[in-house]
Amino acid sequence: MVTLHVNGQDFSYDGDPSVPLLWVLRDELGLTGTKFGCGIGLCGACTVHIDGAAARSCLLTAEQASGKEVVTIEGLDPSGNGNHPVQVAWRETGAPQCGYCHAGQIMNAAALLAKTPKPSQEEILAAQNGNICRCGCYQRINEAIILASAGV
Amino acid sequence: MTHMFESALIQPGTVVNLSRRFVLKGLAAAGTLVIGTSFLPAPARAASAWKTGADLMTGGTVNNPHVFIAIDPSGIVTILASRTEMGTGIRTSLPMVVADEMEADWSRVRVEQAPGDNIKYGNQDTDGSRSVRHFFWPMRQCGAAMRMMLEQAAAARWEIDVTSVRAQNHEVVNLVTSEVVGYGALAKAASALPVPPVEALRYKDPRDFRYIGTGAIQIVDLRDITMGKATYGLDAKMPGMKFAVIAHPPVVGGKVVSYDASETLKVPGVEKVVVLETPPFPLAFQQLGGVAVIARNTGSAIKGRDKLKVVWDDGPNASYDSVAYRAQMEESVTKPGLVVRDDGDAEGALKSAAKVISATYYLPHLAHASMEPPTATAHVADGKCVAYVSCQWPGDCQADVAKTLGIPREDVTIYPLLMGGAFGRKSCYDYVIEAALLSKATGQPIKVVWTREDDLQHDTYHTVSVERIDAGVDKDGKVIAWRHRTCAPSLMSTFKNDYDHQSPIELGMGVVDNPFDIPNLRCENPAAKAHVRIGWFRVVSNIPHAFAIQSMVGEIAAALGRDQRDMLLEMIGPARTLDPRTFRGVKDFWNYGDPVETWPIETGRLSRVVEIATEQIGWGRSLPKGHGLGVAGHRCFLSYIATAVEVAVDDKGNLSIPRVETAIDCGFYINPERIRALCEGGAVMGTALAKNSEMTFKNGRAQQSNFHDFLLARITEAPLKVGVHIVPADVNIPSSGVGEPPLAPFAPALCNAIFAATGKRIRNLPIGNQLAT
Repeated sequence: MVTLHVNGQDFSYDGDPSVPLLWVLRDELGLTGTKFGCGIGLCGACTVHIDGAAARSCLLTAEQASGKEVVTIEGLDPSGNGNHPVQVAWRETGAPQCGYCHAGQIMNAAALLAKTPKPSQEEILAAQNGNICRCGCYQRINEAIILASAGV
Repeated sequence: MTHMFESALIQPGTVVNLSRRFVLKGLAAAGTLVIGTSFLPAPARAASAWKTGADLMTGGTVNNPHVFIAIDPSGIVTILASRTEMGTGIRTSLPMVVADEMEADWSRVRVEQAPGDNIKYGNQDTDGSRSVRHFFWPMRQCGAAMRMMLEQAAAARWEIDVTSVRAQNHEVVNLVTSEVVGYGALAKAASALPVPPVEALRYKDPRDFRYIGTGAIQIVDLRDITMGKATYGLDAKMPGMKFAVIAHPPVVGGKVVSYDASETLKVPGVEKVVVLETPPFPLAFQQLGGVAVIARNTGSAIKGRDKLKVVWDDGPNASYDSVAYRAQMEESVTKPGLVVRDDGDAEGALKSAAKVISATYYLPHLAHASMEPPTATAHVADGKCVAYVSCQWPGDCQADVAKTLGIPREDVTIYPLLMGGAFGRKSCYDYVIEAALLSKATGQPIKVVWTREDDLQHDTYHTVSVERIDAGVDKDGKVIAWRHRTCAPSLMSTFKNDYDHQSPIELGMGVVDNPFDIPNLRCENPAAKAHVRIGWFRVVSNIPHAFAIQSMVGEIAAALGRDQRDMLLEMIGPARTLDPRTFRGVKDFWNYGDPVETWPIETGRLSRVVEIATEQIGWGRSLPKGHGLGVAGHRCFLSYIATAVEVAVDDKGNLSIPRVETAIDCGFYINPERIRALCEGGAVMGTALAKNSEMTFKNGRAQQSNFHDFLLARITEAPLKVGVHIVPADVNIPSSGVGEPPLAPFAPALCNAIFAATGKRIRNLPIGNQLAT
């Protein structure tokens, strides 16, 4: 039995502890906001926060995540209203097309801004380079992060 | 402490949310639905203001407000979206047309997704940039009819003539007394009135549109997307659901000879394995076959599949080698092929030309690689099937699932969820068939998850192509001859055995409909047999065709010492209207399935977008060292689009794209904000296919497996400054389409810019390290 602390709540998981956190979040906890994209840490769709830092939930086992503070897109704004500055900026710029990779993009950007509130253009691009968007929303993703860092 | 496995199945706000998709039927049953199906007359078929090819498709179009609109007594207007959402914004745009025309207040409109049913909702094949083209008028008619019924109901209530009332912004105004009554209060009476016939409809003056054309409305799923609450196909939940990952035949058409699942079944969480039969060719949208591993979660299913030992019979495609195949295609274009257009005497003109410019271009197979891989969740029980899908064709999917299961179509319910990208891949619903078959075999609800490896290695690939063009120029520098040999396996081979030439569909994507003002123009199509499933990839055969044609324009300009834009405009020629059915040798001209009478080729519109894109990028301005400008303009999916690119190539051959300007003329448009988004995205997807992406095959097996070897464009290499310019058009200019076109001109514009910057001509994509010094 593994105990996970996700978005401020405790959950127990009685399955294989070596399964990636991603699938436990999605298939066992029903927290489907975190997306599957590649399974090998190359696309960033599954980005969550582990103890405040961005992490790829496909690369981390449930066991490794146990005892840590896991935050998913559902818990990014603890009020549940989706009003984290990055989320607000995302709506301002109309960033998503299909939107599927955007939970990961937003989680990644939020972790960047938590650490570096006023990132340079280079820092933004370097931070988001691990998050692939096939629809090609990068221009607006970049704008949204700049907007969020300016404090919308 | 919550026990997760149980809680996951009854997660509030998920299953409940999905069931909101039943809202129309549910409300009707409860007697609170005031515009409902219970007093449905025979479905009125749309007579659209511009003639389309929609009626050639299953279900055609439907314009009945009873099918698409519900108003509850509180005034909330629910509008069905019948086309599926893959990222174009169509789930917002078409309901917005209904809302605007019926004078509904968008803040009181809810959009619900229609289940898969081509007959009830009209054709649902969401691809080909057809949604606005075919459904703008039917949706407008729905809205107009609804508005008139509400006005009629208000007039009856006040006992005045209908000309003395006016619907505006969710209420009807009594023009005599200035009283108002809300839509909610009128809904019940309005619903009992007959639907006005199409010829009696009065439409809003387009100047009074509140939403159409403004770009002020954001997509309906925007907030949910930013909160992780939007429900995609992969997010479907059913009580008791199990997760399946499938070992597909490594070579398409291969079969399971034997398998050993003993280690698989020892993996914790794995519950069973099920063999899926491989159907005979043509596969069409049927399952690929293989061995499915079913587990309590996807992670366990993947681990189980890793332990599976399968002996395969690879079948007839086991020798497919994309290097040898390319050499064979390159050989084919050196010889005459099937003649598919033959204006004038191209052979004679090439012989007498003062100068002949020849080049051969290559574009490899591409994988769609939507960020959400193919997925579906199905439950087959009691002779019925319910499925939640990520699918572009939910209507045909309903019919095919029924056929596969041997049950009536009405007993299959398909709920389309949001697609995490699709780009043509999810028109093919083989994974839905898999989910239905596995649920039937196990009796359990099954979610089929394709891993990224499955997605890349078992795709319905973009074709692979070699294009050779020979252009003859006379002594005055005028292009007098054009011979285009296009060689590529056809997507029709997925549906029909021994289909070895490009179909009229593919040849009509830029080859036989070439609009250039050249008197001697011949197109040939040597045979090419497919060895993988070929499917639709955004903008389809326009990618290789536009790449070759627009690169060749650049090559001719360079050979003659001319400006590339001037050369292109000269070759497009004076503004004129063309009907490719009159071109000699052209058979079964496709025109994207729509009438040439409505959408002929108008060369003036093509020239115009070339002019706009080049003006916007500052064509002719002086540039820093290593920079260059290039342009390409193309008609595709009945739209006219041009992209101008500024490229910068450094001393080592690294390229960056400081600026892109795209101009599009898509006729009358609904949502310019989404058109801009799609054009921005097209530049990024274009960067990927131009620079990075390639699928290769050896021994019939795809050699790339994930994002380490199938490379997409990341934010550091993508153009971040993309200007988009939409040619204004009034409602009388038929809408064409926007989802597909933005990808077509990008790669040739980039390669023309690279030539301008470096003098190096790229003829083979992807560029990869070709510029390295």
